[in-house]
Formats: sequence, structure tokens, C-alpha cells
Amino acid sequence: MAAGHTIDALGQFELHSVLGPVGASVGFSESSMMMVVSSALTLVLLGVGMSAKAVVPGRLQALAEMLYDFVHKMCIEQIGEEGKKFFPFIFTLFMFILLGNLLGLLPFSFTYTSHIAVTFGLAAMVIVLVTAVALYIHGWHFFSYFFPAGAPIALSPLIVTVEIISYLSRPVSLSIRLFANMVAGHVMFEVFASFIVMMAGAGLVGYLGGAGPLALNVILMGFELLVACLQAYVFAVLTCIYLHDAVHLH
Amino acid sequence: MRSLAGTSGLAIVLLTSSAFAEEAKKGMPQLDFHNPLTISQVVWLAIIFCVLYVLLSKWALPQVASVLDARAGAIAADLDAARGAKQGADAAITELTQATQAAQAIARTEIATAIAAAKEASDAQAASLNAKLEAQLAAAETQIAAARAAAVGAVRQVATEATAVVVSRLTGSPADQAAVDAAVGSVLAARAA
Repeated sequence: MAAGHTIDALGQFELHSVLGPVGASVGFSESSMMMVVSSALTLVLLGVGMSAKAVVPGRLQALAEMLYDFVHKMCIEQIGEEGKKFFPFIFTLFMFILLGNLLGLLPFSFTYTSHIAVTFGLAAMVIVLVTAVALYIHGWHFFSYFFPAGAPIALSPLIVTVEIISYLSRPVSLSIRLFANMVAGHVMFEVFASFIVMMAGAGLVGYLGGAGPLALNVILMGFELLVACLQAYVFAVLTCIYLHDAVHLH
Repeated sequence: MRSLAGTSGLAIVLLTSSAFAEEAKKGMPQLDFHNPLTISQVVWLAIIFCVLYVLLSKWALPQVASVLDARAGAIAADLDAARGAKQGADAAITELTQATQAAQAIARTEIATAIAAAKEASDAQAASLNAKLEAQLAAAETQIAAARAAAVGAVRQVATEATAVVVSRLTGSPADQAAVDAAVGSVLAARAA
């Protein structure tokens, strides 16, 4: 990736169409490809893992059950008993982001969660769902959410404005958080990897010096694995919190 | 989270340095909205996400739920069975304790009865033995008294005869029978005293 003395840290995020002319005609890129792969992996994990239906689970079944339990518990704890209705959505969201983040760490793959279009698409889906749920449950009463009870009427223009802005900034913060974390990690990988190659070009001393960025990349990989899981969890848990607000209004 | 911010900050600093002059000209591919592939991702995201959602909610997740429910049911049933078995065992232990106590009480009364009977029998035996021994003792004493009387009678006759012989030899004439009897009688009486 290192050409001369420049580092092409952003080239890894460039989109190209895959699957030949058919893919090109429908705008099917590496990003969409990885979405299909991670969805397929999720389905295979649950399908194969649960095929045994064992009372004492094997490894794959235990993994599938752990993921199910983890997200299920999160839904119930954050949203309440109504959370069961949203569990499939939260589970889909969590697995989609988790596998997107984790598969993106593999060499030669593509991280679709590093694209703001994708993360904003997910966040928009969440905010539309949250608003729709709130309107469905509370009707016009939902708009009282923007004006807390007991606040002085004189301040209402200010409070309502602030509340609406904070409500609308939710999808923005949700999408930028995930996008920025993924981009930052992958840029760091690329930069340190380029350092190794550039050092190696400087002869024996460079070979020894290259060990530094290599060690950093090894540490960074561990860190990025944590970030991958953490960001998927954060996205899912914030969605749960927004859904809690939608169901209970404060 | 602070380290995340640090990583992002470092990345931004690196991107603005001179090594990335070319990057700055091109900009981030993620923000290149002239590229139709950037927007087409969103369409594909919607399609793939919806398909995944439907497949998970209709097919995959119910399987997990059914297995988890089955396990919870099996565990609850096992616990119930174990609780039932424990109650049975407790009842059996109570029954056993009661039976043991009853058996001990019966045994105790039987032992007492047997001891009393044995005592009575041995008392009766001892009494009959005593009576028998008394009778034998009495018979023996009677015999001794008879033997003694007989012996004393014989001594008198012998002494009388001996006295008569001695008197007749010394005097030359037959002894007076009455005087001899009286003398022997007085001597024997003095001895017996």
C-alpha cells in the first residue's frame, strides 16, 4: 500500500463493484458483499449451532445461546418486559454490526461499518423505528416528550428547541460514533503497516526498527477486537435506551 | 472511551501531516457522494438487513428460544422430581424411626416379662430345693439321735455286765443286780452331765 513516501491510509475504504458486470449494474460493492457474508455467518451460526437441539449444548450451540441470552437480557433490562417484542430487531442489529466490525479486521476484507452511509442508514432505521413506536403507543401525547412536565411555560420555546435538537442528534451521534471508531482503527493499522514496509526499505537497521510498528499493530489488533465488540454493544444498548424512552416516555 | 478518543485524535493528526498530501486532495472515500456505490450501499443495507431480520425472527431465533424453553422445562421437571423424591425419603425415614421405636418398646416389655418369669421360676426352684434339704437334714438328725440312743443303751448293758463280772470275781459271789444297775446308772448320769 505504501507507494514511495506517501501512505495511502484511506484507499482501503474505496468502494469497487464486485461480481462482474451484474454487480456493477446493481451497484453491488465489497461493502454489500461483506453484509451478505456477515448475515450468512449469523444465520449459519444459529442454524448449525441449534441443529443439535441438545439439552447440554456443544460449543457452537453454547455460542449461539450465549449471544441470544446476552441480547435478550439487554433488551429486558433496558426496555422492560415490552423489550421482548423488539428483541429480534436488536439481535439483528447487534449481530450485523458485530460481524461487520469483526470481519473487517480480517486481511483483504472490507469493513462496511467504516462507511458513514451505512452507519447512518442503520441509525436512521433505529430512529424511525423509535419514533414510529412512540407515536403508535402514545399518539399525539408523544410530543409532550419534547416539553418535560413542570417546566416553566415561558421557557417553552427554548426547551422545546433544545429537546428537538437533542432528539434529532441521536442518529447523528449514533452513526458517527461507530463510523469514527472503525475508521480510526483501520487508518492506524494501515499507517503502522506502511511504517513497517518503509522501514524495511532502509536495510538492516530498518528491519530492526520495523519491529516497533509491528508490535504496535499487534497490540492495536487486540484493542480493535475490543472496540469491535464494544461498539456493537454500544449501538445496541443505545438503541434499547431510545426504545425505552419511546415505550415509557421518560 | 478516552483511549478511543486518543486513537481517533492520533489518526486525525497523522492524516493532516504532509505524508498524506494526496489524501487531502482526494478526501475520504466515505464522503464521496458522487460515487454511486456510496449510496447504493444504503439500498443494499436495507435489503440485506430486512432479509436477515425476517430470517432471524421467523426461523433462527425461535429455534434458540424453543431449545432454551425446553431446557428450562427439563430443569424445572427434574427439580420437581427431586423434591418429590426427597419428600418420599423423608416420609420413609419418619416411618422407619416410628417402627424402630415401636419395636424397641415391644422388646423392652418382653424382656421385662421374661426376666420376671425367670425370677419366679428360680425362686420356686430354690424354695423346693430348700424344703428337700430341710427334710433330708431332719431325717439325718433323727437317725443320728436313734444311733446315739442305741449307742448309749449298749454302753449301759456292757458296763452293767462288766461291773457284775468284776464284782463276782472280787467277791467270789454273784453280784447284786439291782445295786450294780444303780451304780452304773449314777456314773453314766454323772458322765452325761
